Amino acid sequence: MFDFELLLLVGLKVLFALLMIGAVMTMAGYSVLAERKVSAWMQGRVGPNRTALPFVEFIPVLGPYLKKMGIFQPLADGLKFLFKEEIIPGHVNKLYYNLAPIVALVPALTTMVVLPFGEFFTSEGESIPLMLANLEVGILFILAISSLGVYGIVLAGWSSNSKYPFLGSIRSSAQMISYELAMGLSLLPVFLWVSEPGTGAMGLSLVDIVHSQGNAPWLLLVQPLSALIFLIALFAETNRLPFDMPESETDLVGGFHTEYGGFKFGIFFVAEYAHIVVGSAIFTIIFLGGWHFLPWVADPWPSTWVGTLIGIGWFLAKTIFLIFFFIWIRWTLPRFRYDQVMNLGWTKLLPLALLNLIFYVLLVTWLDQPAS
Amino acid sequence: MAKTVVLPRKPLSLSERTYLPQIVTGLKTTFSNMFKEKVTLQYPEEKPIIPKNYRGVPTLVKDPNGREKCVSCQLCEFVCPPKAIRITPGAVEEDDDTRAHVEKAPKEFEINMLRCIYCGYCQEVCPEEAIFLQEEYSSSGYTREEMINKKDKLYELGGTLPDSHYKWDKKKSAEDDGNDH
Repeated sequence: MFDFELLLLVGLKVLFALLMIGAVMTMAGYSVLAERKVSAWMQGRVGPNRTALPFVEFIPVLGPYLKKMGIFQPLADGLKFLFKEEIIPGHVNKLYYNLAPIVALVPALTTMVVLPFGEFFTSEGESIPLMLANLEVGILFILAISSLGVYGIVLAGWSSNSKYPFLGSIRSSAQMISYELAMGLSLLPVFLWVSEPGTGAMGLSLVDIVHSQGNAPWLLLVQPLSALIFLIALFAETNRLPFDMPESETDLVGGFHTEYGGFKFGIFFVAEYAHIVVGSAIFTIIFLGGWHFLPWVADPWPSTWVGTLIGIGWFLAKTIFLIFFFIWIRWTLPRFRYDQVMNLGWTKLLPLALLNLIFYVLLVTWLDQPAS
Repeated sequence: MAKTVVLPRKPLSLSERTYLPQIVTGLKTTFSNMFKEKVTLQYPEEKPIIPKNYRGVPTLVKDPNGREKCVSCQLCEFVCPPKAIRITPGAVEEDDDTRAHVEKAPKEFEINMLRCIYCGYCQEVCPEEAIFLQEEYSSSGYTREEMINKKDKLYELGGTLPDSHYKWDKKKSAEDDGNDH
């Protein structure tokens, strides 16, 4: 009556999807904690160190240590957001006001579908990438979906029907459009380089790009300029300082989420950090060799499930370092002025990305010309 | 009028105009800051060091012999700018040998901490050195009534302070020696 194989397949996919959502959301939650802790350390403070679970606290050595590191803080924060009163101001457009946080969160969580985070070796020695959907156009999918995130911000700013959110959302849409171009252009040389004729790695698949960096230099070393432009654009796309135009706590109160409170604000918050987590993962995949060990070094771990686990761990370590880098930059640099952001995007990054593309087109053509 | 001097400014070099070396320097600074000693005081467990002459909560003190010093002259009540102090005077028993010559002692001494402005006039005006603004600075309560410090609370907060005068002891011994005035 039932097609059990199909049911199993669908069930497994759903299970994996839930696991992945759980992992990314947990990382987003703990990025918030990391942000608070790292900012505290950089400013000579201690950071959250009071929250404790009733029983865990009394475990010798470990319990107080976890408490000191504020490990339970995200739980408390989440619960706080859940139990807060949902206030909807009278002057908002209710439908879009409620829709905006969802529109902001969905793209952040959708992009992770195509993120490969490890590989599994079958008994025949064939490698299967660990990801939810192995799209051939992975990077295109990510670029397309992640830029949808701005709609959440624009909707929030517009439906709030208030000045500061409106300014924030206008700034953010202008910024997104400016940096989207540089971002896409900075990625083109990378894919040109990877899909040179004869290597077999063709197309825009993220798995192929990771494989091309195994036992070979990372693309960060091959194309430092592309990596730099992509990183700067990534900062702008995730609305992080020095490009946090939509929020601008100091001059726009809270920017697009000024009128939001309770769990709706919480969703915006989580979406921002989910963007950072996914962005860090993308940078790791494209420029830092994904789950491969070090540039020019073959993976030292065996091609078994142990190697799979170590690979995933290594991938996570790189991603976490990048998240730390995001936080590190935030607490180092002040915010750009709005016109400086536009100036940097259109008159510096875009021409630079174009030049970079032209240079690599010529280089790849020269390298690929058949030996005569 | 002061003459304005325009300082020549060197044009930025290429590496300076990219800002990247500066950003790296900034990153180094913030990174090294992470390992410096923290300045945070874990407040309820760790208390700050209170400087000398700090004006905390006003308290009543006893002399080293454990005797009440206040003679309820009501000068502090009179001088108190926000009228936070209220004293109900009472008499010292005639036959109280430990407090000979002291005629009065407060029956009730109230300081309303919701009114007190910690100015220290009461300490300044007190001829008996009986009221001091000491190191205690945090007072809290659930009701307004709780925020009125009564006599026993004031003595509890005040404790005993060293006394170099023993004014009334001197009076007593002077009388015993037959040269009272």
